[in-house]
Amino acid sequence: MRRFLRPGHDPVRERLKRDLFQFNKTVEHGFPHQPSALGYSPFLRLMAIGTRSGAIKLYGAPGVEFMGLHEENNTVMQIHFIPDQCQLVTLLDDNSLHLWSLKQHGGASELREEHRFTLKGPPGSPPSATQATAVLPHSSREVLYLGTESGNIFVVELPSFRVLEDRTITSEAVLQRVPDDYCNRRSCELVEALREHPKNPDQILIGYSRGLIVLWDLQNNKATHHFLGSQQLENLYWQRDGSKFISCHYDGSYTQWPVSSDNRQPEPLENLVPYGPFPCKAISKIYWQTTKNGLPYIIFQGGMPRASYGDRHSISVVHGSQQTAFDFTSRVIDFFIIFSSEPTAEFDDPSAMVVLAEEELVVIDLKTAGWPAVHPPYLASLHCSAITCSHHVSNIPLKLWERIISAGSKQNIHYSNMPWPIDGGTNIAPDPPQRDLLLTGHEDGTVRFWDASGVCLHLLYKLSTVRVFLTDADPNDNMNTLGEDEWPPLRKVGTFDPYSDDPRLGIQKIYLCKYSGYLAVAGTAGQVLVMELNDEDAEHVVDHAEADLLQDQEGYRWKGHEKLKTRDGPVRFEAGFQPFVLVQCQPPAVVTSLALHSEWKLVAFGTSHGFGLFDHQQKRLVFVKCTLHPSDQLALEGPLSRVKSLKKSLRQSFRRIRRSRVSSRKRRGGGNASEVQEANAKFDQDALQEMELAPVQRKIEARSAEDSFTGFVRTLYFADTFLRDSSRHCPSLWAGTNGGTVYAFCLRVPPAERRMDEPVRAEQAKEIQLMHRAPVVGILVLDGRSTPLPEPLEVAHDLSKSPDMQGSHQLLVVSEEQFKVFTLPKVSSKLKLKLTALEGCRVRKVTVANFGSCKTDDYSENDLAVLTNLGDIQIISLPFLKLQIRYPCIRKEDVSGIASCVFTKYGQGFYLISPSEFERFSLSTKWLVEPRCIVDMPEVTSNNHVHNKSGMENTARKSRGSGRSSGDYGEDERKSGRLMEHALLNDEKVLKEIQSTLEGGRGSYAERNLARSPLGHGLSNGGAD
Amino acid sequence: FGAEFRRFSLDRYKPGKFEDFYKLILHIHHIANLEVMIGYADVHGDLLPINNDDNFFKAVSSAHPLLRVFIQRQDEVDYSNFGTNTLSRKKKALVTLRNDNLRRRPHINISMPHDFRPVSSIIDVDILPETHRRVRLYRHGCEKPLGFYIRDGTSVRVTPHGLEKVPGIFISRMVPGGLAESTGLLAVNDEVLEVNGIEVAGKTLDQVTDMMIANSHNLIITVKPANQRNNIIRSSRMSGSSGQSTDSTASHHSLPTSHVLQNFHPDEMESDEEADIVIE
Repeated sequence: MRRFLRPGHDPVRERLKRDLFQFNKTVEHGFPHQPSALGYSPFLRLMAIGTRSGAIKLYGAPGVEFMGLHEENNTVMQIHFIPDQCQLVTLLDDNSLHLWSLKQHGGASELREEHRFTLKGPPGSPPSATQATAVLPHSSREVLYLGTESGNIFVVELPSFRVLEDRTITSEAVLQRVPDDYCNRRSCELVEALREHPKNPDQILIGYSRGLIVLWDLQNNKATHHFLGSQQLENLYWQRDGSKFISCHYDGSYTQWPVSSDNRQPEPLENLVPYGPFPCKAISKIYWQTTKNGLPYIIFQGGMPRASYGDRHSISVVHGSQQTAFDFTSRVIDFFIIFSSEPTAEFDDPSAMVVLAEEELVVIDLKTAGWPAVHPPYLASLHCSAITCSHHVSNIPLKLWERIISAGSKQNIHYSNMPWPIDGGTNIAPDPPQRDLLLTGHEDGTVRFWDASGVCLHLLYKLSTVRVFLTDADPNDNMNTLGEDEWPPLRKVGTFDPYSDDPRLGIQKIYLCKYSGYLAVAGTAGQVLVMELNDEDAEHVVDHAEADLLQDQEGYRWKGHEKLKTRDGPVRFEAGFQPFVLVQCQPPAVVTSLALHSEWKLVAFGTSHGFGLFDHQQKRLVFVKCTLHPSDQLALEGPLSRVKSLKKSLRQSFRRIRRSRVSSRKRRGGGNASEVQEANAKFDQDALQEMELAPVQRKIEARSAEDSFTGFVRTLYFADTFLRDSSRHCPSLWAGTNGGTVYAFCLRVPPAERRMDEPVRAEQAKEIQLMHRAPVVGILVLDGRSTPLPEPLEVAHDLSKSPDMQGSHQLLVVSEEQFKVFTLPKVSSKLKLKLTALEGCRVRKVTVANFGSCKTDDYSENDLAVLTNLGDIQIISLPFLKLQIRYPCIRKEDVSGIASCVFTKYGQGFYLISPSEFERFSLSTKWLVEPRCIVDMPEVTSNNHVHNKSGMENTARKSRGSGRSSGDYGEDERKSGRLMEHALLNDEKVLKEIQSTLEGGRGSYAERNLARSPLGHGLSNGGAD
Repeated sequence: FGAEFRRFSLDRYKPGKFEDFYKLILHIHHIANLEVMIGYADVHGDLLPINNDDNFFKAVSSAHPLLRVFIQRQDEVDYSNFGTNTLSRKKKALVTLRNDNLRRRPHINISMPHDFRPVSSIIDVDILPETHRRVRLYRHGCEKPLGFYIRDGTSVRVTPHGLEKVPGIFISRMVPGGLAESTGLLAVNDEVLEVNGIEVAGKTLDQVTDMMIANSHNLIITVKPANQRNNIIRSSRMSGSSGQSTDSTASHHSLPTSHVLQNFHPDEMESDEEADIVIE
């Protein structure tokens, strides 16, 4: 009575599982999606970026990172660091203010939200009366000045956020001494800018949007100077000595104003429209930086001639006769200048400009002639061309690592040598345990090599496959070639370029052999390139071969895209990976699977039509196999390319619409184009919804051999195993299709000494049709010790034990629905684990991962790491296929996140949480890469009274009904737990909490499943439920 | 034994009587004194019996252009082959079907239940609440569509807190001529409660779809019929069902709740699942 057997709970195994598996989302790599605000603390040398989803991220020296999430998920409009404090204030678009602080806890600093506050007017007043438009943290660190839409400035005590009503600066008080004729024209204006006097903390400069600027004396509570601007004001900036300030305006002009005690209502010193005389766009922010040599740096955002350059996102730097308008690839969110912050220093002496654009961070070195860009160590724009695939290689040998770095350094010569200027905090995380590479394939035909060993995902080297092909876009036709006398002096900066010239160039599959340095890359138009690492530039011919995958089929016409045209003759390649063979699949359908065996010098590739094997040593096609079902017209005609082209045309139309909207009217304040963005987002959403408006109804139909795309090759695998008989093993190639078919080919690879003389032979040995016909997503051979076979050359490099060839081998076939182990060579079913039939989820990604115990160094085991279409991660034991543990990881609606997931060999993983950000997670207790850093606190004494007051404020706010206890972070974080991606992952307490709930809830589920799996099928466990 | 092939023609529109055809077959094959079972391959590749005028006529009229007729000695007939296998997939099995024999047999006009191909059955009647129905669909032959659609909806449940609306999965449409419709046991707006013993509560439409498709070789769905008037009255089974109840453990007492155990052997399910084919 098998069904009454219930496997007992093995406490030893349960304990071991705790030592092996643990789920953590550790760090977000890349560039924040939809950044909306920027802040910088010269005191802490930390930069803060806020996003439209309410996340706030702090960055300092490489490895120093903090992340916080506003519970409301509202757009962060402004970020202001409190002078000389480890604190910052954020303003959200719901008009709430949030005080964050960095505190040390358990040896590392943590970012926490301390308080929040929304300015409320008297009952009946319009919301605009208290809508904050400008925030000024005073250098006394005790108060915050809040300029509002009504023109009133409220004074709020810190950190309690108590409104000091008697100190409010009303617009009436300000307007009292303004001449009548001026005042009549301009009443009821919003506060555009608040700036504290650089030398005298008792004076603040108030700028109103209609042009009036007032110097306000805080001691006497009255205006001392009036500056009667005639243009709509955008921003203000003090000169370092406080003798002058500069205002910038909506009409593209900037004005210098003198501040002296003898003239209380001075005329402007200078009024200039830098890109006049034709109408110009607004200058939204300006810096005036003094230098030792006397020539100031004037740096301003915008101001371009409206008609001809109104669509540029520019920041101009003017220094004497030098002037450059840096032209950014996307909208500039904000920027700041890093300059000497020593209060005793006489000059600003700016060293760098940091620009946050919508899609990338650009840092310009202002010290070096020519103002080169600085290569950022983090915040890389992963999406500078859309990511189409990724491939992770763990534990790179030092030699290969150095060669890749050296190839990359030759590409980076145009970058500045300046050390990274934002260097606050100290990274105290241990050195990464090993060198890991993450390779991303992009739509523009490039492969980027990222250092994924540590917290900072850093670009090492960029490989382009475009050079092999003739494309419409001439590589020399870039926009940088502007003449010397060109006006305005635009200079393109940044790397963000999402619009691919030819979608066929897109990279679909990557395979790197870390021992030999061979790299295989396959793309959208059926191109397969095999490359070798060369430390020198070289010019050579790329060998061509065609693989006709439709060999014995007749009368079909491929209606998809054409293959890429290749360049004739030798091609010059820069140092790095250089292609030496191009195998072109025919029809040129997208390559869906790829495998490289560097020891046998073979590359296998598959498309929706079939698969082939190529000998890259002899440069000879070994065989092709058509997997197509004759009735599968869809696959033949190439609908994939049709889908692609639809996507492309959609994208183009969106682009058109976006362009036309961006050039529409500017909105006031920090919001700038956010309205446009919103409209765009809404438009995108509507369009998406329209596309998804299929009836919510699903057909229940068994899969049949005639379904479309059954021939689609999903996976390819090389193995040296017992395919024919149990006495002799031989090289073999395995292929799995969408229709649940597995093909096995026996290979004869000549010995090394005759490798060039004899051809590689292949012969089909087996064909397995899984009756459930689900797509085969993984094939694996386990050796006599039930260990997965090592990678090619792994044994040769003494990095792995030789596989056991004595005991009998087993074949593991993973379909989207089931895991199945077969014996070899007979291929009889041994055991299986059904996933879909029992849980309704399907396998999306599967990898073998090695898990080490955190308790003992000498224990490790291999398991399967599986990601399902519901976004759950499951760990399944080998070879017994028992579910060990399950973690929810990605929202099931996040299809692109699930599709982008890549596992590492040691139980970590990455997936895209936005087009530009990878979330890193770890399933292992042993391998964990997460930020751990310290930001030193200044004088702690000043914090004392802060704490006393905060208690009072708590009760006060509670009585007002906000009902939120600021002390209980755990509670808060649990609430925001639904947004795991942005959860405060630095916070150990939160992590532990999440962990414990996961282990508690999930553990029992896992146990139930464990209890169930030996029975194999949907037998529920009696009354256990 | 071994196979023997004959080819002969019949008038498609006037095939005549089964009796004559039977005699003709015996005559052609020189097996006049054998009791044999005649079967044919239908358009879907299923092996179906020919044993009366009607199905003989159906066989001849649906043949295009050839009708493949299989003759088997009566006592060797493996009834499970009828309908459970497809010719296209089980070629090997068919080879053994083509046997010629030598014996007469009594004339049968009405076939035995096992001469029919089971398409569906109501199972576990004794352990399910009367308002529920557990239906097993036999998907024989890959060509025959299961033929139904499911949708999201809301269902009213009795809970300790009173009536509550909860999300549920419902049958939304039947494909005319499909297996589901032809059984008459499932209907539009029936609420799906379980798929092969697994509750669907808390699962999304897509999950349930995937589960049903993954189990399509032997789909057992427990529904709460929208029309509650045709419910089975306990202990008097519907004569229409082919009596394929698999409840072998009658001692199994269980409460009529929605958490009813799935009451068939895992082994049995296993055997129902077609094995993977390995071609050497």
